[in-house]
Amino acid sequence: MSTMAGPAKGRKAPSAGARQERRLGWLLCAPAVLVMTAVTAYPIGYAVYLSLQRYDLRFPARAEFVGLSNYGSVLSSPFWWDAFWVTLFLTVVSVAIELVLGMGLALVMHRTLFARGTVRTAVLVPYGIVTVVAAFSWQYAWTPELGYLADLLPSGDAPLTEQWPALWLIILAEVWKTTPFMALLLLAGLALVPEETLKAAMVDGATPWQRFTKVMLPLMKPAILVALLFRTLDAFRIFDNIYVLTSGAHGTGSLSILGYDNLFTALNLGIGSAISVLIFICVGIIAFTFVKLFGAAAPGAEVKR
Amino acid sequence: MHPRRGPTGRPRRTRALVALTLLASALAACGGDEDASRPTLNWYNFPDDSGALQQAADRCSRASGGRYRISYNKLPRAADGQRQQMVRRLAAEDDSLDILGLDVTWAAEFAEARWIREWTGEAKRRATEGTLRVPLQTATWKGKLYAVPYNTNIQLLWYRKDLVPTPPKTWSEMLDMSRDLARRGEPHYVEIQGAQYEGLTVWFNSLLNSAGGTILNPSATEPSLGPPAVRAASIMRDLANSPAADPSLANQMEDQNRLAMESGVAAFEVNYPFVYPSMRSNNPKLFKDFRWAPYPRVDAGRPARPTIGGIDLAVSAYSRHPGLAFDAALCLRNRENQLTAALEGGLPPTLRALYDEPAFKKEYPFSEEVLTSLESASVRPLTPAYQNVSITVSHTLSPPSEIDPESAVDTIREQIDQALRSEGVIP
Repeated sequence: MSTMAGPAKGRKAPSAGARQERRLGWLLCAPAVLVMTAVTAYPIGYAVYLSLQRYDLRFPARAEFVGLSNYGSVLSSPFWWDAFWVTLFLTVVSVAIELVLGMGLALVMHRTLFARGTVRTAVLVPYGIVTVVAAFSWQYAWTPELGYLADLLPSGDAPLTEQWPALWLIILAEVWKTTPFMALLLLAGLALVPEETLKAAMVDGATPWQRFTKVMLPLMKPAILVALLFRTLDAFRIFDNIYVLTSGAHGTGSLSILGYDNLFTALNLGIGSAISVLIFICVGIIAFTFVKLFGAAAPGAEVKR
Repeated sequence: MHPRRGPTGRPRRTRALVALTLLASALAACGGDEDASRPTLNWYNFPDDSGALQQAADRCSRASGGRYRISYNKLPRAADGQRQQMVRRLAAEDDSLDILGLDVTWAAEFAEARWIREWTGEAKRRATEGTLRVPLQTATWKGKLYAVPYNTNIQLLWYRKDLVPTPPKTWSEMLDMSRDLARRGEPHYVEIQGAQYEGLTVWFNSLLNSAGGTILNPSATEPSLGPPAVRAASIMRDLANSPAADPSLANQMEDQNRLAMESGVAAFEVNYPFVYPSMRSNNPKLFKDFRWAPYPRVDAGRPARPTIGGIDLAVSAYSRHPGLAFDAALCLRNRENQLTAALEGGLPPTLRALYDEPAFKKEYPFSEEVLTSLESASVRPLTPAYQNVSITVSHTLSPPSEIDPESAVDTIREQIDQALRSEGVIP
């Protein structure tokens, strides 16, 4: 690689000292790079490799290179698209609800005058509970004859065995569980809003709603984007709640469930890996879109000072 | 569990290795080897609440005369969970599994993946001797025996004598009777497994085989299906759209069927024999009129071929004591232990002779019908890709009321074709 810097960028060629410093920098982070390669790059690379093979544990003798045909099978399968739309629906709806509720909770936590510690702790409790444990309690609660919530429904209703009720219950479980996380990130954003600016807006006669939309939201934009990005990526990979609540039956399976079933039930490592790689690509596209759409404010974008 | 290691470490270990080699080559020679500390054989099987399986393990440990000890390990309750646990461990070449309780649909898959050992010679002779033919089929793959049948299971037609004086012979007769009962305002449902799961595949397979067809060709290389499959799918659709259909047909599994029959809303029930003792204790009044008949036919002139269930015992390819494991598996399914499993666990035996046993006949008044059914029974398609086949069938035929027979069979053919080429995606 050339060390010559273009004159347009106005950079000077690094001095000998700077070069040495850089080398030291690389040396210092080399162990971390190696570990990262071992724990992420290798599995990802291996998954890509498997996805190009006919690699079926049930037909070990017939493993062969098949190129992109696994991707063709997956993308032409109605099951992939069913799971894709279910996942997209769950992601959009749950993240939207979490954003609104999370903002509300953040404002409450920010403005609470008394027992602030208690309020914050109480809000965070759902986030502290292991997802699978929480999912099991939801599952029992919604099972007729076992659960107290199912008892509130007309008798004989088993909401987890029908597609739409089950999807909404999955959203409920997700929202209950992760709203505190959203609220926490937004609370950090609220701290960025200077009190003087709000007071100045008040003096200028801005209503509380105007202060919220015209002053707080623009100032909080980076924090909101971080929160949205984190939650969208998480929600898109949703697995545990669905696995426990419905195990993907009745048209409630997400893409991760589809991948799991093809890997562990069908034992088809080729198809299963193709699904995981496609999920990885989807997640990449989501992250990329966020960065592109929201420009400099998005996390990961270059900070210009 | 691993055999205990000696306190001195290495020399002891070397000797153990020698002993292992001996075990593998000549089992009998090891019998008196004082140094081969009694190995533990791990038997993985479905969780049994009756205690019959634990009893069998204890009995065989004692009967081995100190050659081995069997430890019975309970697998998860759901079949998928059982299979996943075993598959994950076998794929990782875990040597702490010795005897595996396989569902009758798994032998082909495990054999093709080389996770289980073939049965040959004396062990094979003992495994097949006196064993019913159809259960043996489930343990056979490409002409070789890979497991020994433990228990079997088969559905009968249960009916209420107060409503139905003579049981129907065919599906169409049964639907007519149900229509008649409905017209008279009597209980008239036919309780059958209509939910989207393995039970729906079993229903389809039974109808298809009774109509003279099969899901796969004999060499399991491609789907067979054809007109009998269209016929089977039509019967399912017709039932689902007739008064015989329970309103919750599309969500019903064996247990919901049992409960519906016990509650008195149904006249017929297609189910396994476990419904009999249950009716006796839950509804003694209805029990007086609770009768059984063979599985309904598709054509009056051809015997029905209901699908069998059950468990086959296989020996793991990674077991460190394969010789002992074959021996132990044979003991676990011997006459005495199968009788206990039948009487205490309600599991129909796979040894022909037990169907003449008075104790069994007393507990199983329908043993005659079970035996006749078993002799003409069918098996689910034997293929390593069975999981895909089953999911494809149950997915395509659910809900039964919306089946379009021709196009459903086309879809099933296409997806099975893909699955056999490892190209199928399962939902």
